[in-house]
Amino acid sequence: MKPWQLRTIIVAGFLSFWQFGAGILFDEFFMSKPTAIIGEFWDLVASGRLFYHAGITIVEALGGFVSGALVGMAAGVLLGRNELLGKAIDPLVVIFYSLPKIALAPLFVIWFGIGIEMKVILTGTIVFFLVFLNTYTGVRGVSRELVAIMHLMGAREGDILKKVVFPSAVTWVFAGLKLSVPYALIGAIVGELVAANKGLGYLLSNAAGQFNTAGVFAAIGAVVMLTLLLNLAVKLFERHMMPWQEHQETREVSI
Amino acid sequence: MPAAAISLCAVPTARDGSAERIIQFSGFGKSFGSAGRILTATQDIDLDVAAGEFLTIVGPSGCGKSTLLNAAAGIFPPTQGDVFYRGAPVRGYNQSIGYMTQSDHLLPWRKVAANIALPLEIKKKPKSEIDDRVRKLIDLVGLTGFAESYLPQLSGGMRKRCALARVLAYDPETLLMDEPFAALDAQLRLSMQIEVRNLCIKLNKTVLFVTHDLDEAIALGDRCVVLTGRPGTVREILKIDLPRDRDLTRLRSNRRYVESTELLWELLAPSTSGKTGGDE
Repeated sequence: MKPWQLRTIIVAGFLSFWQFGAGILFDEFFMSKPTAIIGEFWDLVASGRLFYHAGITIVEALGGFVSGALVGMAAGVLLGRNELLGKAIDPLVVIFYSLPKIALAPLFVIWFGIGIEMKVILTGTIVFFLVFLNTYTGVRGVSRELVAIMHLMGAREGDILKKVVFPSAVTWVFAGLKLSVPYALIGAIVGELVAANKGLGYLLSNAAGQFNTAGVFAAIGAVVMLTLLLNLAVKLFERHMMPWQEHQETREVSI
Repeated sequence: MPAAAISLCAVPTARDGSAERIIQFSGFGKSFGSAGRILTATQDIDLDVAAGEFLTIVGPSGCGKSTLLNAAAGIFPPTQGDVFYRGAPVRGYNQSIGYMTQSDHLLPWRKVAANIALPLEIKKKPKSEIDDRVRKLIDLVGLTGFAESYLPQLSGGMRKRCALARVLAYDPETLLMDEPFAALDAQLRLSMQIEVRNLCIKLNKTVLFVTHDLDEAIALGDRCVVLTGRPGTVREILKIDLPRDRDLTRLRSNRRYVESTELLWELLAPSTSGKTGGDE
């Protein structure tokens, strides 16, 4: 049996257990059932509400994702190449990193209101730390031997930044970006759950407020799809930016 | 001791007298660490390297073989004595030098041709000249057909060839090699040794070649410097009496080669168990 065949059986078994167990083994009011969820989801699609709310969430997640990543990259390169500044700020970064950024959501509501800006900033803060730390580690990890060899070739600091530090930071930036995708959505959705009148998080809490279990599941399904899409986008972008990685994956493993 | 085929030379230097002196270590010593915990890597090194010479350096681990290379490259200043390059003390990065280390330090985001082009780009050469030179180098080191490959598609030996082409690209007159072939299997190593020796003789490069492998030290070198354990200093300098256009594949049956390696073994065997390094 192939893995996908087994997978199909497991998923089908789970869904039919849910579908036919509803109302017999457990209360349909709390658990809903797959057909009801699909119906609810279709209503969201047909009425256009899904696209409207998903669009809002995408704007928030992407806005925070891009701004957090850009600032994170810049800060990572700057602190990575400047030893004194890096050493001075390092412990502060660690302290702030260990704070669950979601805890800042209520504060951001006070500061930035309940509009899109607040979600962008919350998402951006989360993504910033992930990308910054990865870039910083990467820049610090550039081999000193390699830098010396480049100097022997007559390279100046500008050459080293352009030809070694930036390209090698790309690898680390993408490691941070891939890590950030689910967090970007967490930021946007938690922001919407805390305070909003639009977005998938709002759709979610609104359905829950009306005890519409099927609606909650439908909204969760939409969030999952959005995460997968964003993941795919980062992967394609990565392949475009780092074509050499593709060969790395197909290479024979030697231990 | 079968000394007939080789001449053992007294410590400071031995030169043919014909070639000019290119690198000179004069009372050179290097310590690392700060007050209280000072580690002396090398001390009192007097050594002359003649232009066009292939000099191999052997010695127990931690005796400062790499320190000699780093000092000649100007990566750090000496703490004792001085290093001269063409008569002038080495201060800062010595750009007459090309450095090859055990790790090839190629840039994985660049294809083979672009890796080789790196030093030429740094020197801001015109694009047409770079392309032309890179093409010649690729043929020279036997990577024809791999110009547009990424590094993960290359074998270990091909990566070394690429690193060799890169270091030759900017035509430094002296090459420093720090165990460049240590990670290769025996067959690949032999083919790289032949390549490097032939190329360096052909292009008239001066080479300082650090190795752990005593056979390699004799097979490749015109002279072989033997260092003591830490703090490293010059123990012997062997003049290797093998022809300059030697055939490395047939050395195994060459009597002089066998005698030289035996002598080198004897020199190093007691020193590994005897004098171990001391901190000061």
